[in-house]
Amino acid sequence: MEIPLIVGGGLIVIGVGIGIGQIGKGAMEAIGRQPDASGKISTNALILAALVEGIGFAALFAL
Amino acid sequence: MKPAKFFILFFIFSSLSLYSFDSNKNLGESEDIKSEIKKYIKHHLKDSHSFYLTSFTNNDTGKKTYIEIPMPVILYDNGFKFFMSSDFKHGKEIVIDNETYYRMNYDNNKIYKTNSDGLINISNEGKVLNEKPLDFSITKNIATILLVSILMFFLFVSLAKSYRTNNGVSKGIGRFFEPIILFIRDDIAIPNIGLKKYKNYMSFLLTVFFFIWFLNMLGLTPLGVNVTGNIAVTFSLALLTFLITNLTANKNYWGHIFWMPGVPVAIKIVLAPIEFLGVFIKPFSLLIRLYANIQAGHIVLYSLIGLMFIFKAWIGSSLSFFLAFFIAIIEILVALLQAYIFTMLSALYFGFAVEDHSEAH
Repeated sequence: MEIPLIVGGGLIVIGVGIGIGQIGKGAMEAIGRQPDASGKISTNALILAALVEGIGFAALFAL
Repeated sequence: MKPAKFFILFFIFSSLSLYSFDSNKNLGESEDIKSEIKKYIKHHLKDSHSFYLTSFTNNDTGKKTYIEIPMPVILYDNGFKFFMSSDFKHGKEIVIDNETYYRMNYDNNKIYKTNSDGLINISNEGKVLNEKPLDFSITKNIATILLVSILMFFLFVSLAKSYRTNNGVSKGIGRFFEPIILFIRDDIAIPNIGLKKYKNYMSFLLTVFFFIWFLNMLGLTPLGVNVTGNIAVTFSLALLTFLITNLTANKNYWGHIFWMPGVPVAIKIVLAPIEFLGVFIKPFSLLIRLYANIQAGHIVLYSLIGLMFIFKAWIGSSLSFFLAFFIAIIEILVALLQAYIFTMLSALYFGFAVEDHSEAH
């Protein structure tokens, strides 16, 4: 049975979603421990989320 | 300021035009509605030769009237050729200029050379075989970019003047923009580039931030412009970041790319090609991220609005309204977030380029 290409797209989006979720979770926990550093933490979290998202888009365009 | 405003508005409204002609096909019958919506979305995502505002069909006469601003078409084909895009009548008529014939293909909004019958040959793969002249036209995207540039120029020049006349205190719209500009300086430029050199990059960072933000927000208005969702535009923006990063880089930056200090020689040789590729991948990810985010947002919004025509019942319309409303609010956030991330990552790359490694590590 042939698996349609769009299934790969779904898997990519699931992976990117899990990745960004993990980054958000880590950032929130870090802010909970160090509320003073929330500015730096959220900046870094946004950059990392953007990088993960970029890989996701690159993979989606390769479909 | 006042005459300039008046001039711009006068130019826009004087060029507004109305056409009406017979619609040669019965919509909804010959084509199935889903593929029609798909075609409509695809057509919207592309650049176009006229600033389309709205259209309506007269039920009695069957004439379709378009309200749009025609744009100048500039072609290079053995010399420059100028005419207005209204001459094409949405691809229905052929433009004759010095015994050469041009016709616009409505499906992809591109201008092709044709014979006197206006025939456009399409291959089996769906590619147009006709010859294409070099197109330097002022299209919808270019007009929007020019408009935003003029707007930004007047806005920020008048803002700077207002500080001088008001003893360094912001007033009017400056109260809205001052915190944003300070945020870019204090939270984006200084932490990433450093106190010593951030001033050289502030002009680029501020320009690129407001340019992307304004264009993103303009893309959410019913004007239906999709400038930052055009890969050529994001490519140019990323190219600027790439050039500034590499032209202002110091020897530490190149040293870290080709001969990473502090690691064994074997690893240095392995790292050099990877780091060199990274030089190109960084701006490439910038261009893909902005393009894909805006493009995806527009596709989702249009598809949700299209639900209304598929369901043809109260449930479809209300579902479509609420979903489109929430996505539109998220898109406002995304418009700001993408401008922020582009600026942020540009600043980060500039920071890598000018990092001072005076202390050994």
